[in-house]
Amino acid sequence: MIFARGLTKVYGDFIAVDGIDFEVRKGEAFGLLGPNGAGKSTTMKMIASVSKRTGGDLTILGLDPNKRGPEIRAHLGVVPQQDNLDRELKVHENLFVYGRFFGLSRKFLKNKVEELLEFAQLTEKRNNKAEELSGGMKRRLTIARGLVNEPEILMLDEPTTGLDPQARHILWDRLFRLKEQGVTLVITTHYMDEAEQLCDRLIVMDKGKIMAEGSPADLIKRYASKEVLEVRFGSSRNIEIAEQIAHLGHRTEVLPDRILIYSDNGDADLQEILKLGLEPVTSLVRRSSLEDVFLRLTGRTLVE
Amino acid sequence: MTSTASIEKSVHSSKWQGSLNLVNVSRARNLAWLHVAEARIRNMLKWWTSIAAFSLGNPVLYLFSVGIGIGALVDKNGGSAQLGGVSYLTFLAPALLASAAIQSFQEEMSFPIMEGFEWDKSFFAMNSTPIQGVDIVNGLLASSTVKTVVTVGIYESVLLGFGAINVGVALPMFLSALLSGVAFGSVMMAITSFIKQDDGFFAIVGRFIIAPMIMFSGTYYPLESMPFYLQWAGWISPLWHATDLGRVISYGSPQQSWVVISHWVYLSIWIVVGLGLGYRQVSKRLAA
Repeated sequence: MIFARGLTKVYGDFIAVDGIDFEVRKGEAFGLLGPNGAGKSTTMKMIASVSKRTGGDLTILGLDPNKRGPEIRAHLGVVPQQDNLDRELKVHENLFVYGRFFGLSRKFLKNKVEELLEFAQLTEKRNNKAEELSGGMKRRLTIARGLVNEPEILMLDEPTTGLDPQARHILWDRLFRLKEQGVTLVITTHYMDEAEQLCDRLIVMDKGKIMAEGSPADLIKRYASKEVLEVRFGSSRNIEIAEQIAHLGHRTEVLPDRILIYSDNGDADLQEILKLGLEPVTSLVRRSSLEDVFLRLTGRTLVE
Repeated sequence: MTSTASIEKSVHSSKWQGSLNLVNVSRARNLAWLHVAEARIRNMLKWWTSIAAFSLGNPVLYLFSVGIGIGALVDKNGGSAQLGGVSYLTFLAPALLASAAIQSFQEEMSFPIMEGFEWDKSFFAMNSTPIQGVDIVNGLLASSTVKTVVTVGIYESVLLGFGAINVGVALPMFLSALLSGVAFGSVMMAITSFIKQDDGFFAIVGRFIIAPMIMFSGTYYPLESMPFYLQWAGWISPLWHATDLGRVISYGSPQQSWVVISHWVYLSIWIVVGLGLGYRQVSKRLAA
């Protein structure tokens, strides 16, 4: 469905996307992860066939987006990071008008709009202006709007930011069903649990490059240990104690508030620590998550 | 909470055909400008009462105060001789009609474009469908033309009612006024498409471009009665070209044929330049 080789986007002197390779197959849920400024959104815009690449190859549905953007976009559903609804129009009009942009008939849209209103749980708000909706409702409407043309590829840029947990889980369920129907999903997200839930395969990007690629389970196996032991000794003692327990696990990481020990058996390591006569204030053994992979690959420095 | 149940229903009742079966790309492409216009007109219809009230109220007030009030003064003092032998109202009417068309386009090519690019980013939503920048420009132009046809139509009906123009010349006058609106609108659209923040820009356009343009375009008196060194203001103004053209059409105001032709050419140049620049900038801004 999507094929990228050496995909590059340069703005002036700034290299936003630096020669990345990836492939997305039909019916797959593909994730783009990375800190702010990693090049995710730029990559999304190139796939969405609105922003032209400056180097490399990219084909979507076998077509070159630099040349055949509108034709590709006819088969995409785009849910942008920032809702761009028509505020003056009513909820149902937003869906209808957007459907018209795809050249869909009024008759088809009449039913489709009702179906999507129900999907977005906005049937009761159908006659409200879009600007009168709450943040979560606007998000749902934007997502519903992206489905109006029954897209082959649905692109979601941070789809659940601003949604409450109920709405998030309902959306995940719906996305999963779309995937079952053969819709290809391309998702960016900051929520690692979302990526683990939804994505068959993902890439982690940083500074315009791909840091890692694989399924969530693969990446955890490759870049994190099975378990993580978190111990706290109080911020003044963490560094000193870390030296004493450095031999435990595969790797230890000292943070200002706690020490992380990446290991295959967190409980055993905790026993070792206690045997050394060290008593942590708190301790926690947990399964490694995609978040550990993410932080390892892209660092803990805050990106503004 | 019936929500989850309703989702289940909507998922199962829908038959997913997929866009490859559903979307007719060439249809979407061919009618793209029309779909943009349709969306814009839906937006305008939210304001139809104020549009209608304004386009009816404005000419009525204007004709009573300036047309009839000042007209009585001008006509009584033998001004008609300098106005090509017609009443002040007849002299004024083509200018009013053209300026109504220009102002109608000015409204449509200002805030709606800011809205599309900055405020609710609806142009970017359009551009995520088969619609391209060129279609957005054409759609805006088409919807603004529809609106102007209505508002200038109302305006002209009032002029007819006041006896300011003849029924026989109503259509060609209407078209020449519309042409000046399209000319001004095309350039205005191109300029607005560069604006990132309002910052009072549109107030400046209103006060320092539109208002002086109406004053210096031979609207209220013949351009030739202004000192020669100020007449250039009229020559560059699309309103003057449209007004002079309208006067030729309306009451056969004497004018050399090359000047008449140059009016058409000048207004057409505004359209070509405005659209050319606008197509480029709108497309560029959407791709950024």
